[in-house]
Amino acid sequence: MPELLFHNLTLGYERHPAVHHLSGAVEKGALVAVVGPNGAGKSTLFKGIVGFIKPLAGSIERNGLDTHDIAYLPQIADIDRSFPISVYDMVAMGLWRRRGLFGGIGNKDHVAIEAAIAAVGLTGFEQRTIGTLSGGQMQRMLFARLLLQDAKLIVLDEPFTAIDAKTSADLLNLVRRWHSEQPTVLAALHDIDLVKASFPQSLLLAREPVAWGATRDVLTAENLNKARRMCEAFDEHAEACAVEAA
Amino acid sequence: MIYDTLIAPFADFEFMRRALVGSLALALGAPPVGVFLMLRRMSLIGDAMAHAILPGAAIGFLLAGLSLFAMAGGGLIAGLLIAFGAGLIARATLLKEDASLAAFFLISLALGVTIVSVKGSNVDLLHFLFGSVLAIDDPTLMLIVSITSVSLLALALIWRPLVLECVDPGYLRSVSRAGGPAHIAFLALVVLNLVGGFQALGTLLAVGIMMLPAVISRFWARDITTMIGVAIVCAAISGYAGLLVSYHANLPSGPAIILVAGVLYALSVVFGPVGGLLWLALPQRHLEA
Repeated sequence: MPELLFHNLTLGYERHPAVHHLSGAVEKGALVAVVGPNGAGKSTLFKGIVGFIKPLAGSIERNGLDTHDIAYLPQIADIDRSFPISVYDMVAMGLWRRRGLFGGIGNKDHVAIEAAIAAVGLTGFEQRTIGTLSGGQMQRMLFARLLLQDAKLIVLDEPFTAIDAKTSADLLNLVRRWHSEQPTVLAALHDIDLVKASFPQSLLLAREPVAWGATRDVLTAENLNKARRMCEAFDEHAEACAVEAA
Repeated sequence: MIYDTLIAPFADFEFMRRALVGSLALALGAPPVGVFLMLRRMSLIGDAMAHAILPGAAIGFLLAGLSLFAMAGGGLIAGLLIAFGAGLIARATLLKEDASLAAFFLISLALGVTIVSVKGSNVDLLHFLFGSVLAIDDPTLMLIVSITSVSLLALALIWRPLVLECVDPGYLRSVSRAGGPAHIAFLALVVLNLVGGFQALGTLLAVGIMMLPAVISRFWARDITTMIGVAIVCAAISGYAGLLVSYHANLPSGPAIILVAGVLYALSVVFGPVGGLLWLALPQRHLEA
Protein backbone atom coordinates (compact mmCIF):
# COMPACT_ATOMS: atom_id res chain seq x y z
CA MET A 1 0.00 0.00 0.00
CA PRO A 2 1.39 3.45 -0.84
CA GLU A 3 2.37 5.63 2.11
CA LEU A 4 1.03 8.86 0.61
CA LEU A 5 -1.74 9.31 -1.94
CA PHE A 6 -2.57 12.64 -3.56
CA HIS A 7 -6.08 12.84 -4.98
CA ASN A 8 -6.33 15.75 -7.43
CA LEU A 9 -4.69 17.87 -4.72
CA THR A 10 -4.71 21.66 -4.88
CA LEU A 11 -2.88 23.62 -2.17
CA GLY A 12 -2.46 27.37 -1.98
CA TYR A 13 -3.00 30.66 -0.27
CA GLU A 14 -6.12 32.87 -0.35
CA ARG A 15 -7.71 30.67 -3.04
CA HIS A 16 -4.68 31.02 -5.38
CA PRO A 17 -3.23 27.59 -6.12
CA ALA A 18 0.48 27.02 -5.44
CA VAL A 19 0.21 23.29 -6.16
CA HIS A 20 -2.41 22.63 -8.82
CA HIS A 21 -4.20 19.31 -9.46
CA LEU A 22 -1.54 16.90 -8.23
CA SER A 23 -2.41 13.22 -8.29
CA GLY A 24 -0.17 10.29 -7.56
CA ALA A 25 1.28 7.99 -4.94
CA VAL A 26 4.46 7.74 -2.90
CA GLU A 27 5.31 4.11 -2.17
CA LYS A 28 6.47 3.02 1.25
CA GLY A 29 10.25 3.28 1.48
CA ALA A 30 10.57 5.43 -1.64
CA LEU A 31 13.30 8.06 -1.98
CA VAL A 32 11.73 10.89 -3.94
CA ALA A 33 13.30 14.18 -4.99
CA VAL A 34 10.91 17.09 -5.53
CA VAL A 35 12.44 19.36 -8.17
CA GLY A 36 11.26 22.64 -9.62
CA PRO A 37 12.04 26.35 -9.93
CA ASN A 38 11.51 28.78 -7.02
CA GLY A 39 7.81 29.32 -6.52
CA ALA A 40 6.98 25.92 -8.00
CA GLY A 41 5.09 24.86 -4.88
CA LYS A 42 7.63 22.48 -3.32
CA SER A 43 7.45 23.98 0.17
CA THR A 44 3.68 24.34 -0.10
CA LEU A 45 3.35 20.67 -0.99
CA PHE A 46 5.45 19.75 2.06
CA LYS A 47 3.41 21.96 4.39
CA GLY A 48 0.33 20.22 3.06
CA ILE A 49 1.83 16.77 3.67
CA VAL A 50 2.79 17.69 7.24
CA GLY A 51 -0.70 19.13 7.79
CA PHE A 52 0.27 22.78 8.44
CA ILE A 53 -2.07 23.95 5.66
CA LYS A 54 -5.37 22.48 4.49
CA PRO A 55 -6.01 21.61 0.83
CA LEU A 56 -8.04 24.13 -1.23
CA ALA A 57 -9.40 21.10 -3.10
CA GLY A 58 -8.72 17.39 -3.38
CA SER A 59 -7.08 15.47 -0.57
CA ILE A 60 -3.98 13.82 0.84
CA GLU A 61 -4.28 10.28 2.12
CA ARG A 62 -1.68 9.41 4.76
CA ASN A 63 -1.98 5.66 5.16
CA GLY A 64 -1.44 4.76 8.78
CA LEU A 65 0.64 7.87 9.41
CA ASP A 66 0.02 9.91 12.51
CA THR A 67 1.32 13.50 12.57
CA HIS A 68 4.20 12.46 14.79
CA ASP A 69 5.21 9.71 12.37
CA ILE A 70 6.28 12.48 10.01
CA ALA A 71 9.57 14.29 10.53
CA TYR A 72 9.74 17.66 8.79
CA LEU A 73 12.76 19.85 8.24
CA PRO A 74 11.53 23.23 6.98
CA GLN A 75 13.47 25.33 4.49
CA ILE A 76 13.83 28.20 6.96
CA ALA A 77 13.70 26.68 10.43
CA ASP A 78 11.99 29.09 12.78
CA ILE A 79 14.71 28.73 15.42
CA ASP A 80 15.55 31.37 18.02
CA ARG A 81 19.33 31.06 17.97
CA SER A 82 19.78 33.34 20.97
CA PHE A 83 17.91 30.88 23.20
CA PRO A 84 20.21 29.40 25.84
CA ILE A 85 19.97 25.71 24.99
CA SER A 86 22.78 23.23 24.33
CA VAL A 87 23.25 21.15 21.18
CA TYR A 88 22.73 18.05 23.33
CA ASP A 89 19.34 19.17 24.66
CA MET A 90 18.21 20.32 21.23
CA VAL A 91 19.06 16.94 19.68
CA ALA A 92 17.39 15.17 22.63
CA MET A 93 14.10 16.83 21.62
CA GLY A 94 14.09 14.33 18.74
CA LEU A 95 12.95 11.76 21.33
CA TRP A 96 9.67 13.65 21.83
CA ARG A 97 7.59 11.02 20.09
CA ARG A 98 8.84 8.30 22.43
CA ARG A 99 9.24 10.29 25.64
CA GLY A 100 6.49 12.89 25.28
CA LEU A 101 5.93 15.68 27.76
CA PHE A 102 7.11 13.99 30.94
CA GLY A 103 8.95 10.78 30.07
CA GLY A 104 12.41 10.50 31.61
CA ILE A 105 15.51 10.19 29.44
CA GLY A 106 17.27 6.97 30.43
CA ASN A 107 20.73 5.54 29.82
CA LYS A 108 19.63 3.97 26.54
CA ASP A 109 18.38 7.35 25.36
CA HIS A 110 21.65 9.04 26.28
CA VAL A 111 23.49 6.46 24.18
CA ALA A 112 21.11 7.10 21.28
CA ILE A 113 21.58 10.88 21.57
CA GLU A 114 25.38 10.52 21.61
CA ALA A 115 25.18 8.21 18.60
CA ALA A 116 23.03 10.65 16.64
CA ILE A 117 25.42 13.51 17.42
CA ALA A 118 28.36 11.34 16.34
CA ALA A 119 26.57 10.29 13.14
CA VAL A 120 26.35 13.90 11.97
CA GLY A 121 29.93 14.62 13.02
CA LEU A 122 29.17 17.00 15.89
CA THR A 123 30.95 15.08 18.66
CA GLY A 124 32.59 17.62 20.93
CA PHE A 125 29.84 20.19 20.34
CA GLU A 126 27.38 18.70 22.87
CA GLN A 127 27.59 21.47 25.45
CA ARG A 128 27.89 24.37 22.99
CA THR A 129 24.85 26.65 22.91
CA ILE A 130 23.07 26.68 19.56
CA GLY A 131 23.92 30.36 19.01
CA THR A 132 27.59 29.45 18.52
CA LEU A 133 26.97 27.07 15.59
CA SER A 134 27.65 27.88 11.95
CA GLY A 135 24.95 27.37 9.32
CA GLY A 136 26.31 23.96 8.33
CA GLN A 137 26.70 22.82 11.95
CA MET A 138 23.13 23.92 12.63
CA GLN A 139 21.90 21.78 9.75
CA ARG A 140 23.96 18.83 11.06
CA MET A 141 22.35 19.29 14.47
CA LEU A 142 18.85 19.31 12.97
CA PHE A 143 19.70 16.11 11.08
CA ALA A 144 20.79 14.51 14.36
CA ARG A 145 17.40 15.40 15.80
CA LEU A 146 15.71 13.90 12.72
CA LEU A 147 17.71 10.68 13.26
CA LEU A 148 16.27 10.34 16.77
CA GLN A 149 12.72 10.99 15.62
CA ASP A 150 12.57 7.53 14.10
CA ALA A 151 9.89 8.75 11.69
CA LYS A 152 8.14 6.68 9.03
CA LEU A 153 8.09 9.60 6.60
CA ILE A 154 10.86 12.20 6.41
CA VAL A 155 10.23 15.46 4.58
CA LEU A 156 13.29 17.65 3.86
CA ASP A 157 12.74 21.09 2.37
CA GLU A 158 15.91 22.16 0.52
CA PRO A 159 18.17 20.57 3.14
CA PHE A 160 21.40 21.34 1.25
CA THR A 161 20.81 24.98 0.33
CA ALA A 162 23.63 27.24 1.56
CA ILE A 163 25.52 24.17 2.82
CA ASP A 164 29.05 23.38 1.60
CA ALA A 165 29.94 20.30 -0.44
CA LYS A 166 31.46 18.34 2.46
CA THR A 167 28.46 18.86 4.75
CA SER A 168 25.94 18.07 1.99
CA ALA A 169 27.85 14.89 1.13
CA ASP A 170 27.84 13.81 4.80
CA LEU A 171 24.15 14.57 5.22
CA LEU A 172 23.29 12.92 1.90
CA ASN A 173 24.97 9.76 3.19
CA LEU A 174 22.62 9.87 6.17
CA VAL A 175 19.66 10.17 3.80
CA ARG A 176 20.92 7.15 1.84
CA ARG A 177 21.28 5.23 5.10
CA TRP A 178 17.67 6.07 5.99
CA HIS A 179 16.64 4.81 2.60
CA SER A 180 18.15 1.42 3.32
CA GLU A 181 16.34 1.36 6.68
CA GLN A 182 13.03 1.96 4.91
CA PRO A 183 11.47 5.19 6.00
CA THR A 184 9.98 7.10 3.10
CA VAL A 185 11.98 10.22 2.22
CA LEU A 186 10.81 13.26 0.25
CA ALA A 187 13.35 16.01 -0.38
CA ALA A 188 13.10 19.29 -2.26
CA LEU A 189 16.35 19.87 -4.14
CA HIS A 190 17.84 22.20 -6.73
CA ASP A 191 21.01 20.28 -7.58
CA ILE A 192 19.96 18.25 -10.65
CA ASP A 193 23.22 16.25 -10.77
CA LEU A 194 22.83 15.27 -7.12
CA VAL A 195 19.26 14.15 -7.75
CA LYS A 196 20.30 12.08 -10.78
CA ALA A 197 23.07 10.44 -8.76
CA SER A 198 21.18 9.63 -5.56
CA PHE A 199 17.41 9.75 -5.97
CA PRO A 200 15.70 6.92 -7.86
CA GLN A 201 12.43 8.83 -8.23
CA SER A 202 11.58 12.48 -8.89
CA LEU A 203 8.60 14.73 -9.04
CA LEU A 204 9.11 17.77 -11.27
CA LEU A 205 6.78 20.49 -10.09
CA ALA A 206 5.99 23.90 -11.58
CA ARG A 207 2.74 24.57 -9.74
CA GLU A 208 1.26 21.93 -12.04
CA PRO A 209 3.02 18.57 -11.88
CA VAL A 210 5.24 18.38 -15.00
CA ALA A 211 6.46 14.79 -14.64
CA TRP A 212 6.67 12.16 -11.94
CA GLY A 213 8.42 8.81 -12.00
CA ALA A 214 11.90 7.37 -12.48
CA THR A 215 14.42 10.20 -12.22
CA ARG A 216 16.03 9.60 -15.64
CA ASP A 217 12.62 9.88 -17.36
CA VAL A 218 11.56 12.94 -15.37
CA LEU A 219 14.63 15.15 -15.45
CA THR A 220 14.99 15.41 -19.24
CA ALA A 221 16.08 18.69 -20.83
CA GLU A 222 12.64 19.03 -22.39
CA ASN A 223 10.80 18.65 -19.07
CA LEU A 224 13.14 21.04 -17.24
CA ASN A 225 12.60 23.70 -19.92
CA LYS A 226 8.87 23.25 -19.66
CA ALA A 227 9.03 23.69 -15.88
CA ARG A 228 11.13 26.84 -16.25
CA ARG A 229 8.60 28.48 -18.60
CA MET A 230 5.62 28.15 -16.23
CA CYS A 231 4.78 31.50 -14.74
CA GLU A 232 5.31 32.25 -11.06
CA ALA A 233 3.07 35.23 -10.29
CA PHE A 234 -0.50 34.82 -9.11
CA ASP A 235 -3.09 36.42 -11.35
CA GLU A 236 -5.07 38.72 -9.04
CA HIS A 237 -8.09 38.54 -11.34
CA ALA A 238 -8.01 34.82 -12.04
CA GLU A 239 -11.35 33.15 -12.62
CA ALA A 240 -12.42 30.21 -10.50
CA CYS A 241 -10.71 27.03 -11.76
CA ALA A 242 -12.93 25.11 -14.17
CA VAL A 243 -11.32 21.69 -13.68
CA GLU A 244 -13.80 19.44 -11.98
CA ALA A 245 -12.81 18.45 -8.45
CA ALA A 246 -12.53 14.69 -8.00
CA MET B 1 26.92 44.63 65.68
CA ILE B 2 26.55 42.29 62.72
CA TYR B 3 23.77 40.52 64.57
CA ASP B 4 22.03 43.84 65.23
CA THR B 5 22.19 44.84 61.59
CA LEU B 6 21.47 41.59 59.81
CA ILE B 7 19.45 39.36 62.13
CA ALA B 8 17.94 41.32 65.00
CA PRO B 9 15.17 43.02 62.97
CA PHE B 10 13.82 39.59 62.04
CA ALA B 11 14.41 38.04 65.48
CA ASP B 12 12.71 40.90 67.29
CA PHE B 13 9.66 41.62 65.16
CA GLU B 14 7.09 39.16 63.91
CA PHE B 15 5.99 41.40 61.05
CA MET B 16 9.56 41.40 59.74
CA ARG B 17 9.68 37.59 59.87
CA ARG B 18 6.42 37.35 57.93
CA ALA B 19 7.65 39.86 55.43
CA LEU B 20 10.84 37.83 54.98
CA VAL B 21 8.99 34.53 54.47
CA GLY B 22 6.62 36.25 52.04
CA SER B 23 9.48 37.77 50.05
CA LEU B 24 11.39 34.50 49.92
CA ALA B 25 8.29 32.63 48.73
CA LEU B 26 7.78 35.25 46.02
CA ALA B 27 11.46 34.94 45.13
CA LEU B 28 11.00 31.23 44.52
CA GLY B 29 7.90 31.45 42.34
CA ALA B 30 8.03 34.60 40.25
CA PRO B 31 11.60 34.72 38.80
CA PRO B 32 11.37 31.42 36.82
CA VAL B 33 8.25 32.78 35.14
CA GLY B 34 10.15 36.01 34.49
CA VAL B 35 13.02 34.11 32.83
CA PHE B 36 10.58 32.56 30.34
CA LEU B 37 8.91 35.92 29.72
CA MET B 38 12.32 37.41 28.93
CA LEU B 39 13.38 34.54 26.66
CA ARG B 40 10.10 34.85 24.74
CA ARG B 41 10.71 38.58 24.34
CA MET B 42 7.65 39.28 26.44
CA SER B 43 9.45 41.22 29.20
CA LEU B 44 6.94 44.04 29.14
CA ILE B 45 3.91 41.74 29.01
CA GLY B 46 4.26 41.23 32.76
CA ASP B 47 3.93 44.96 33.27
CA ALA B 48 0.81 45.11 31.13
CA MET B 49 -0.71 42.15 32.97
CA ALA B 50 0.01 43.79 36.32
CA HIS B 51 -2.06 46.81 35.29
CA ALA B 52 -4.78 44.53 34.03
CA ILE B 53 -5.22 42.99 37.47
CA LEU B 54 -6.14 46.29 39.11
CA PRO B 55 -9.86 46.57 38.22
CA GLY B 56 -10.52 43.00 39.35
CA ALA B 57 -8.91 43.67 42.70
CA ALA B 58 -10.80 46.97 42.91
CA ILE B 59 -14.14 45.28 42.25
CA GLY B 60 -13.27 42.71 44.91
CA PHE B 61 -12.53 45.60 47.27
CA LEU B 62 -15.79 47.28 46.32
CA LEU B 63 -17.83 44.19 47.14
CA ALA B 64 -16.04 43.00 50.25
CA GLY B 65 -13.78 45.77 51.53
CA LEU B 66 -10.14 45.05 52.29
CA SER B 67 -10.74 41.30 52.08
CA LEU B 68 -7.78 39.28 50.89
CA PHE B 69 -9.67 36.62 48.98
CA ALA B 70 -12.12 38.98 47.32
CA MET B 71 -9.26 41.15 46.06
CA ALA B 72 -6.99 38.28 45.06
CA GLY B 73 -9.88 36.43 43.41
CA GLY B 74 -10.98 39.55 41.57
CA GLY B 75 -7.45 40.23 40.41
CA LEU B 76 -7.04 36.66 39.24
CA ILE B 77 -10.29 36.68 37.27
CA ALA B 78 -9.53 40.05 35.67
CA GLY B 79 -5.98 39.01 34.76
CA LEU B 80 -7.06 35.71 33.21
CA LEU B 81 -9.95 37.34 31.31
CA ILE B 82 -7.60 39.90 29.83
CA ALA B 83 -4.86 37.39 28.99
CA PHE B 84 -7.29 35.13 27.15
CA GLY B 85 -9.30 37.98 25.65
CA ALA B 86 -6.20 39.59 24.22
CA GLY B 87 -5.00 36.19 22.97
CA LEU B 88 -8.33 35.47 21.28
CA ILE B 89 -8.50 38.86 19.57
CA ALA B 90 -4.90 38.48 18.41
CA ARG B 91 -5.77 35.14 16.79
CA ALA B 92 -9.09 36.25 15.32
CA THR B 93 -8.06 39.64 13.88
CA LEU B 94 -4.94 41.10 12.33
CA LEU B 95 -3.79 42.67 15.63
CA LYS B 96 -0.62 41.17 17.10
CA GLU B 97 -0.83 39.87 20.65
CA ASP B 98 1.15 42.76 22.18
CA ALA B 99 -1.04 45.37 20.50
CA SER B 100 -4.29 43.79 21.62
CA LEU B 101 -2.89 43.34 25.13
CA ALA B 102 -1.90 47.02 25.20
CA ALA B 103 -5.48 48.01 24.35
CA PHE B 104 -6.91 45.70 26.99
CA PHE B 105 -4.64 46.67 29.85
CA LEU B 106 -5.03 50.42 29.29
CA ILE B 107 -8.81 50.14 29.39
CA SER B 108 -8.49 47.90 32.40
CA LEU B 109 -6.16 50.28 34.24
CA ALA B 110 -8.45 53.27 33.67
CA LEU B 111 -11.39 51.23 34.90
CA GLY B 112 -9.48 50.13 37.99
CA VAL B 113 -8.34 53.62 38.99
CA THR B 114 -11.88 54.93 38.45
CA ILE B 115 -13.41 52.29 40.69
CA VAL B 116 -10.86 52.82 43.44
CA SER B 117 -11.13 56.62 43.42
CA VAL B 118 -14.93 56.68 43.38
CA LYS B 119 -15.28 54.22 46.20
CA GLY B 120 -12.08 54.28 48.22
CA SER B 121 -9.66 56.78 49.69
CA ASN B 122 -6.21 57.78 48.52
CA VAL B 123 -4.71 55.48 51.14
CA ASP B 124 -6.48 52.52 49.53
CA LEU B 125 -5.17 53.53 46.13
CA LEU B 126 -1.63 53.68 47.46
CA HIS B 127 -2.07 50.24 48.98
CA PHE B 128 -3.19 48.90 45.60
CA LEU B 129 -0.36 50.48 43.71
CA PHE B 130 2.46 49.82 46.13
CA GLY B 131 1.27 47.05 48.48
CA SER B 132 2.55 46.62 51.99
CA VAL B 133 4.94 43.77 52.57
CA LEU B 134 5.11 44.66 56.28
CA ALA B 135 1.37 44.13 56.71
CA ILE B 136 1.33 40.53 55.51
CA ASP B 137 -0.92 38.42 57.75
CA ASP B 138 -1.23 34.65 57.96
CA PRO B 139 -3.87 34.19 55.23
CA THR B 140 -1.86 36.39 52.86
CA LEU B 141 1.25 34.36 53.62
CA MET B 142 -0.64 31.14 52.92
CA LEU B 143 -1.87 32.58 49.63
CA ILE B 144 1.61 33.59 48.52
CA VAL B 145 3.13 30.24 49.50
CA SER B 146 0.33 28.31 47.75
CA ILE B 147 0.77 30.36 44.60
CA THR B 148 4.50 29.66 44.64
CA SER B 149 3.92 25.92 45.05
CA VAL B 150 1.34 25.77 42.27
CA SER B 151 3.56 27.87 40.05
CA LEU B 152 6.65 25.70 40.48
CA LEU B 153 4.66 22.49 39.95
CA ALA B 154 2.93 23.81 36.86
CA LEU B 155 6.18 25.06 35.42
CA ALA B 156 7.70 21.60 35.85
CA LEU B 157 4.72 20.09 34.01
CA ILE B 158 4.84 22.43 31.01
CA TRP B 159 8.65 22.78 30.94
CA ARG B 160 9.34 20.90 27.72
CA PRO B 161 6.70 22.46 25.48
CA LEU B 162 7.50 25.87 26.95
CA VAL B 163 11.21 25.60 26.16
CA LEU B 164 10.55 24.12 22.74
CA GLU B 165 8.01 26.77 21.85
CA CYS B 166 10.65 29.41 22.57
CA VAL B 167 13.45 27.76 20.57
CA ASP B 168 11.71 26.02 17.71
CA PRO B 169 7.92 26.50 17.57
CA GLY B 170 7.71 24.89 14.12
CA TYR B 171 9.19 21.65 15.42
CA LEU B 172 6.91 21.65 18.46
CA ARG B 173 3.93 22.03 16.15
CA SER B 174 5.10 19.04 14.11
CA VAL B 175 5.50 16.67 17.08
CA SER B 176 2.85 17.73 19.57
CA ARG B 177 -0.30 19.72 20.15
CA ALA B 178 0.85 20.81 23.60
CA GLY B 179 2.12 24.23 22.45
CA GLY B 180 -1.19 26.10 22.68
CA PRO B 181 -2.31 24.73 26.05
CA ALA B 182 1.20 25.27 27.45
CA HIS B 183 1.12 28.92 26.33
CA ILE B 184 -2.24 29.47 28.01
CA ALA B 185 -1.07 27.76 31.20
CA PHE B 186 2.01 29.95 31.16
CA LEU B 187 -0.03 33.16 30.86
CA ALA B 188 -2.13 31.93 33.78
CA LEU B 189 1.08 31.48 35.79
CA VAL B 190 2.09 35.06 35.01
CA VAL B 191 -1.23 36.32 36.33
CA LEU B 192 -1.09 34.03 39.36
CA ASN B 193 2.37 35.21 40.41
CA LEU B 194 1.41 38.85 39.94
CA VAL B 195 -1.63 38.35 42.17
CA GLY B 196 0.69 36.82 44.78
CA GLY B 197 3.15 39.65 44.38
CA PHE B 198 0.68 42.47 44.51
CA GLN B 199 -0.36 41.67 48.08
CA ALA B 200 3.19 42.39 49.13
CA LEU B 201 4.58 44.76 46.55
CA GLY B 202 1.52 46.33 44.95
CA THR B 203 0.36 46.05 41.34
CA LEU B 204 3.11 48.31 40.04
CA LEU B 205 6.09 46.66 41.68
CA ALA B 206 4.97 43.01 41.62
CA VAL B 207 6.46 42.80 38.14
CA GLY B 208 9.80 43.92 39.56
CA ILE B 209 10.43 40.75 41.53
CA MET B 210 9.50 38.78 38.42
CA MET B 211 11.48 40.58 35.72
CA LEU B 212 14.54 42.19 37.34
CA PRO B 213 16.06 38.91 38.63
CA ALA B 214 15.32 37.33 35.25
CA VAL B 215 17.11 40.10 33.38
CA ILE B 216 20.03 39.93 35.84
CA SER B 217 20.40 36.17 35.28
CA ARG B 218 21.10 36.72 31.57
CA PHE B 219 24.45 38.27 32.55
CA TRP B 220 25.52 35.31 34.69
CA ALA B 221 24.47 32.13 32.93
CA ARG B 222 24.46 30.58 29.47
CA ASP B 223 21.86 27.85 29.94
CA ILE B 224 18.29 28.18 31.07
CA THR B 225 18.48 26.00 34.21
CA THR B 226 21.36 28.01 35.66
CA MET B 227 19.60 31.24 34.67
CA ILE B 228 16.56 30.27 36.70
CA GLY B 229 18.78 29.38 39.67
CA VAL B 230 20.59 32.72 39.47
CA ALA B 231 17.28 34.59 39.16
CA ILE B 232 15.85 32.91 42.28
CA VAL B 233 18.98 33.63 44.33
CA CYS B 234 18.97 37.28 43.17
CA ALA B 235 15.31 37.68 44.07
CA ALA B 236 15.91 36.15 47.52
CA ILE B 237 18.88 38.45 48.17
CA SER B 238 16.80 41.44 47.05
CA GLY B 239 13.97 40.45 49.40
CA TYR B 240 16.24 40.01 52.41
CA ALA B 241 18.47 43.04 51.79
CA GLY B 242 15.51 45.20 50.77
CA LEU B 243 13.71 44.49 54.04
CA LEU B 244 16.86 45.34 56.02
CA VAL B 245 17.37 48.58 54.13
CA SER B 246 13.76 49.56 54.63
CA TYR B 247 13.99 48.75 58.36
CA HIS B 248 17.22 50.63 59.06
CA ALA B 249 16.66 53.61 56.76
CA ASN B 250 12.94 53.80 57.41
CA LEU B 251 12.05 53.47 53.71
CA PRO B 252 8.92 51.89 52.21
CA SER B 253 9.69 48.18 51.99
CA GLY B 254 8.30 47.23 48.55
CA PRO B 255 10.28 49.85 46.64
CA ALA B 256 13.36 49.07 48.78
CA ILE B 257 13.24 45.41 47.68
CA ILE B 258 12.98 46.34 44.03
CA LEU B 259 15.70 48.98 44.37
CA VAL B 260 18.11 46.39 45.78
CA ALA B 261 17.31 44.27 42.72
CA GLY B 262 18.02 47.39 40.67
CA VAL B 263 21.47 47.71 42.25
CA LEU B 264 22.15 44.03 41.48
CA TYR B 265 21.07 44.72 37.92
CA ALA B 266 23.48 47.66 37.58
CA LEU B 267 26.33 45.55 38.99
CA SER B 268 25.48 42.71 36.59
CA VAL B 269 25.44 44.96 33.55
CA VAL B 270 28.98 46.02 34.40
CA PHE B 271 30.52 42.90 35.93
CA GLY B 272 28.39 40.02 34.60
CA PRO B 273 30.63 37.37 33.01
CA VAL B 274 28.22 36.76 30.10
CA GLY B 275 28.40 39.93 28.04
CA GLY B 276 28.99 42.40 30.90
CA LEU B 277 30.35 45.80 29.88
CA LEU B 278 33.62 45.37 31.80
CA TRP B 279 34.56 42.20 29.90
CA LEU B 280 33.71 43.83 26.61
CA ALA B 281 35.93 46.80 27.47
CA LEU B 282 38.90 44.72 28.67
CA PRO B 283 41.32 44.03 25.84
CA GLN B 284 41.70 40.26 25.71
CA ARG B 285 43.93 38.40 23.28
CA HIS B 286 41.98 36.04 21.05
CA LEU B 287 42.54 32.33 21.48
CA GLU B 288 44.52 30.06 19.20
CA ALA B 289 41.55 27.89 18.20
